[in-house]
Amino acid sequence: MSNEIEAIKDPGLPAHVHRRTDTDPKAAKKAERQVAILFLLSALGTITLIGSYIFIPQDVFIFFPVLGNTNAHQLFLGLGMAASLFFIGMGAIHWAKTLMPDEEVIIQRHEFRSPDEDRADFVKAAKDGAAAAGLGRRSLIKRSLGLSLGLVGLSPLILLRDLGPLPGDSLTKTSWKTGTRLVTDPGDRPIRPEDLEVGAVAQTLPEIAKGEHRKLSDIAKDAVLLIRLRPEEFNLDAERLSWTHEGIIAFSKICSHMGCAVALYEQQTKHLLCPCHQSTFDVTRAAKVIFGPSARPLPQLAIKVDSEGYLVAQSPFNEPVGPSFWERSS
Amino acid sequence: MTARERIAGSVANYVDERTGAAKWMKKNLTKVFPDHWSFLLGEIALYSFVILLLSGTFLTFWFDPSQREVIYDGSYEPLQGLEMSAAYASTLDISFEIRGGLLMRQIHHWAALIFMAAIVVHLMRVYFTGAFRKPREFNWIIGVGLLTLGIVEGFLGYSLPDDLLSGTGIRIAEAIIQALPLVGSYLAFFAFGGAFPGEAFIPRIYTVHVLLLPGAFLALITVHLMLVWYQKHTQYPGPGRTEKNVVGYPLLPVYMAKAGGFFFIVFGVTAFLGAVASINPIWLYGPYTPAQISAGSQPDWYMGWLDGLVRMAPPLESYIFGYTIPWNILIPGLIVPGILFTGMALYPFIESWITGDKREHHILDRPRNAPNRTALGVMSLTFMLVALINGGNDIIATTFDLTINQIMWFSRIGIFVLPPIAFVITKRLCLSLQRADRELVLHGRETGRLVMMPHGEFVEVHEPISPEKAWLLTQHEQNPPLALEESDLRGVRRPGVLKNKLRAHMSKAHAVSVPKATADDLKEIEHH
Repeated sequence: MSNEIEAIKDPGLPAHVHRRTDTDPKAAKKAERQVAILFLLSALGTITLIGSYIFIPQDVFIFFPVLGNTNAHQLFLGLGMAASLFFIGMGAIHWAKTLMPDEEVIIQRHEFRSPDEDRADFVKAAKDGAAAAGLGRRSLIKRSLGLSLGLVGLSPLILLRDLGPLPGDSLTKTSWKTGTRLVTDPGDRPIRPEDLEVGAVAQTLPEIAKGEHRKLSDIAKDAVLLIRLRPEEFNLDAERLSWTHEGIIAFSKICSHMGCAVALYEQQTKHLLCPCHQSTFDVTRAAKVIFGPSARPLPQLAIKVDSEGYLVAQSPFNEPVGPSFWERSS
Repeated sequence: MTARERIAGSVANYVDERTGAAKWMKKNLTKVFPDHWSFLLGEIALYSFVILLLSGTFLTFWFDPSQREVIYDGSYEPLQGLEMSAAYASTLDISFEIRGGLLMRQIHHWAALIFMAAIVVHLMRVYFTGAFRKPREFNWIIGVGLLTLGIVEGFLGYSLPDDLLSGTGIRIAEAIIQALPLVGSYLAFFAFGGAFPGEAFIPRIYTVHVLLLPGAFLALITVHLMLVWYQKHTQYPGPGRTEKNVVGYPLLPVYMAKAGGFFFIVFGVTAFLGAVASINPIWLYGPYTPAQISAGSQPDWYMGWLDGLVRMAPPLESYIFGYTIPWNILIPGLIVPGILFTGMALYPFIESWITGDKREHHILDRPRNAPNRTALGVMSLTFMLVALINGGNDIIATTFDLTINQIMWFSRIGIFVLPPIAFVITKRLCLSLQRADRELVLHGRETGRLVMMPHGEFVEVHEPISPEKAWLLTQHEQNPPLALEESDLRGVRRPGVLKNKLRAHMSKAHAVSVPKATADDLKEIEHH
């Protein structure tokens, strides 16, 4: 805006208006009592807290509207603590608002910028310091120092190397081998085709030797879902169809997007849904992605029955299971 | 002199002779702080941090950050005899065996949610009022840093109990690390000490959660507050308030009583929530195992937008020379958040580049008087809101009887369409509000009293507003856009024409305003 236009003027800080507590001693006395009552309520809160801690058993539940059945110990402990803290605050603020001076005060700001001579002195001191150290002249020292500092910076990287092993083939291999039996999870029981009715879903893992402990990091790769459809419901090519057995099809349960367990199966639509990011897979079409962020179908495990009539893997997974990673080839 | 004064005096003397503290204290005890409810938002964040330190320390006394497998034999019957990690079992023990343990867990979690909410709302206050302008750019960057660390700290915190829900969150975090080109699978194996989930992760993030990040918080918060203290607080415009002064209440006693009292109120409210509002009931989720999941898996709200972005990403992956680049993870999980947070950190510099304004500002802007900035802010919030909505698409779908696909498509389109619409609407709203301000100054306040004129016309009586109000509505500067010549005086085109054009264009958009009322305008009206 140009200078000729006259702006509306600042009328300045409005005159101070006194509160009743400033002018009326009775009002001030009343405010004082109110503050004291608030502080006493806090004390009462602490006593409630101590009493609840000692006298209310931990297993008593009482009914409260809105809250429902509530653990009495936890509730009164918490309410006592809340009151003990809250009312100290209320008392202090009420005190400040009614009895402490409420006249606004003006102070001036200072400039942050240092005066020119201070700046000049600083530059000189910095330059003198650098010159005294001879950094500019002694390039041999400068360069060797640079080198050694750089190398020192590398050492944490070296020292952290043992945080974990290299991936090796861990991301591409699972425990499934040719002939590995599928067993129920939980229960570890081998499964016959007739155990599964049409429409049923079973969560399975590869069989392990008796007494052997299953590691979570194995489950994170090995979990397999068995789903039984009517064979005519499949819409698969010949190879994939040969990976199924009497309408039973097996997929990795680990989402091809970010590794969550793909646990929601919709019997009506024959869709598998991952609850994390809603990637949706069509079971009849080899878990093709029909919705959501996943870019790849769930890997299918080829299955058959062994001589004893139990479901087994025809072969290991033919691709890595779980989320993508750089070295994955497709 | 009373005995008490003598004792206090000799203590003060002892300290001052060794530190010279009296000089500093004298100056700072009378320091003035402007008063406004919106200045309490940062305080809430600070107090929540203190509550987090206190309640967190309590929890460390019983929490066992180990993924060693144990058989649960505590008092919660549904889980008795189950295999679980020591971390999960000890969290159950804190909830069921330790008196006050559940209360502290719930206070800790509520305080974390309040901490993050307070930071975000505080950031919005600082942004929309232009408090980030010179000389406060450093504090803006520190603030963005604290927000970022807060998100990480919160995620690590709710991951520690190793329950089914949080384990799923860790799985997703692992997938993001693993998705990085070239180094992803190596980094994931280093972080987890081998294949996911391994037994190393919980103890490691425990150290980060209780030592490294709180240390970083303490350092950053200290600098943040020291700068606020040294630079003095900004103030809202008003009569008697200038760029050169601070109008408010002195630290002693008013501000100390109010700020100290407010700490207890925040703590009290948090304790009340911890007492009555159940949060993260991990015993209902069960221990983590990679083959299971609970439907409706939701992160805490400050991670929800990130999850929403990941959910709405298109199924895009590249396979180049036998290597995989999972864009469906990298774009929503790293690239977009990276751009958002970098843009946010750099915003003060971007704005001052656009406006060419290198002066100090201590009087806050009313958001309507910076329409472009306000519109950009609302646009960013709209983006985040769409992402957040999509992060809860499963919950929304079941609550409102919609399909997930509908919400997902709404979000996928909305994330591009709604933010620009929000920008346009906000900018117009700001200009309308400026127009209303102008009208108010020039024609006064509508009184609601109708008067019939002699010739039968009805008019509403307007009453002039107070000089204080008139000043508030007109005190802001209205600067013209930058005049950037494309060529210099001799007609030679300047270097960086394109950059200058862009800058001029943005500067023009930034300077759009309704001329504020002036004393001249008022005089002119009186003449009529």
